[in-house]
Amino acid sequence: MAGGTDTMVHARALVKRFDGFTAVDGIDFDVRPGEAFGILGPNGAGKTSAMRMVAATSPVTAGSLRVLGLDPATDGPAIRARLGVVAQDDNLDTDLSVADNLLVYGRYFGLSRSVIRGRIDELLDFAQLSDRRDDRVDPLSGGMKRRLVIARALLNKPELLLLDEPTTGLDPQARHMLWERLWSLKRQGVTLLITTHYMDEAEQLCDRLVVMDDGRIVDEGGPRELIERHCTREVVEARYATPDHQAAVVAQLSRQAVHHEALADRILLYTDDADTVGECLEVGAIAPQSTIVRRSTLEDVFLTLTGRTLEEV
Amino acid sequence: MSFESTLRATEREAYLWSRLWWSGVFSAFIAPVLVLTALGVGLGGLVDSGTGNLDGLGYLAFVTPGLLVGSAVQTAAGNSLWPVMAGHRWVGFHYAQVASPLSAADVYGGQVVWIGVRAVLQATVFVIAGAVLGGIGSWWAIAAVPVAALSAVSFAAGLAAFAATQDSDAAFDVVLRVVIVPLYLFSGTVFPIEQLPAALRLAVSLFPMWHGVELARGATTGSIRFGAAAGHLAVLAAYTGAGWWWGTRAFARRLTS
Repeated sequence: MAGGTDTMVHARALVKRFDGFTAVDGIDFDVRPGEAFGILGPNGAGKTSAMRMVAATSPVTAGSLRVLGLDPATDGPAIRARLGVVAQDDNLDTDLSVADNLLVYGRYFGLSRSVIRGRIDELLDFAQLSDRRDDRVDPLSGGMKRRLVIARALLNKPELLLLDEPTTGLDPQARHMLWERLWSLKRQGVTLLITTHYMDEAEQLCDRLVVMDDGRIVDEGGPRELIERHCTREVVEARYATPDHQAAVVAQLSRQAVHHEALADRILLYTDDADTVGECLEVGAIAPQSTIVRRSTLEDVFLTLTGRTLEEV
Repeated sequence: MSFESTLRATEREAYLWSRLWWSGVFSAFIAPVLVLTALGVGLGGLVDSGTGNLDGLGYLAFVTPGLLVGSAVQTAAGNSLWPVMAGHRWVGFHYAQVASPLSAADVYGGQVVWIGVRAVLQATVFVIAGAVLGGIGSWWAIAAVPVAALSAVSFAAGLAAFAATQDSDAAFDVVLRVVIVPLYLFSGTVFPIEQLPAALRLAVSLFPMWHGVELARGATTGSIRFGAAAGHLAVLAAYTGAGWWWGTRAFARRLTS
């Protein structure tokens, strides 16, 4: 897709370097209106650096970047006026109340107090924080703070919402509640750009995504599309009693050219017929301690593409 | 950076202060007046009965402008160090600000402008208290309020820049003890710098505090001379300008690199 007015973000050969260290090493991507676009990768892959360039808070080192059709180098304030940003850290004014946080933030955008007051009710309702409106922010739970940050990012009615690792550090219940809020935004037509190192988050939320590793994009597509391209439908996970047993089985699998990945504590076998493979393992010379069969995920895609898991980097 | 967007950053500080103003009342408004009463009226009674040479001024009249500027600078120094660390490290609201249309320079400007506004409030209260105690001898004393505020900003501009370069507040107490407190004591605030050896006199005159004190004393005593005043103002303006130059860059490096 060309970088016309119909792309929210248009990046080509985008590079970010800090004092000789290359965080983003020439990436291309487009974010289209109304979609949820993900950047999936482990910590240190360059996701946040890419996000900060899109947010017009970090200058581009090389390559080209257009955000909402504008150049971040020259139109930073105009771009930021139309973006919502949910950074990794909450950055809330902890001494102020929930409602005052929104009031103060809205003023940065030059919104009048009466306009902001009108939106506060609506946004606190959306963030399910109406009953905490006059409470100080400090004692709120992590999930509540994160929902308040999202409400804050929506004050200026942004055309594009940037979310950097939105559920990192939240418990499972708070994560699901946040995802549900993000789906609701998606249904309203808000374009989302999400970075995450959680493959389940990327699968749940993103229409399309790029997989990033070491500053580069290693592949892109829809979650199912990526899984079909790089993995089989199902995976057999087998655990062995000792590392020697595992090594012997891995050697045999390699000889038979079976698509597999050996992790520290288990072997993953990619197959379209998981039941048969599972049975074969059971009757082999070295029987596994346990086997489970599961659906392939983006974690498997990342493992196949890079030889590493998302968490172990 | 624009005037309007800098004021939007200032507005956050004003709003926060409107909610938490009571926490700073003692150190900014009451403590300086207590010091003025103790030194100007209490100690001053002894000084005036001795052989002090204060250019014909009573000690209270001499020390009032000194403490006015000294206390304004001391408060401003504190306000330009720890709140900036909170902005980029402890609370992170500076990062929230630069995600909005505000620039790093606006965020910096917002902090420094607000320190100036608080210095005006503090100096106004101090000058009124000084007048009540009998330490003010001229209507020119009204001009001592902006002089004290400019003196405060001439320090705050550079100190806020310095704070943006730091990853912890370890150095802040050292700055206060090694730079601000000695300047407070020796910049012609509580005794004339003619009492100092020539080398120290020169050293003191290199910093803006003494220039602010001289200007303020000219105002509160009505003895202001415009040639000298222009020179003192130029020093205060130069420190403010250099601090501002550094600050906009230090904030950009910290927040938007």
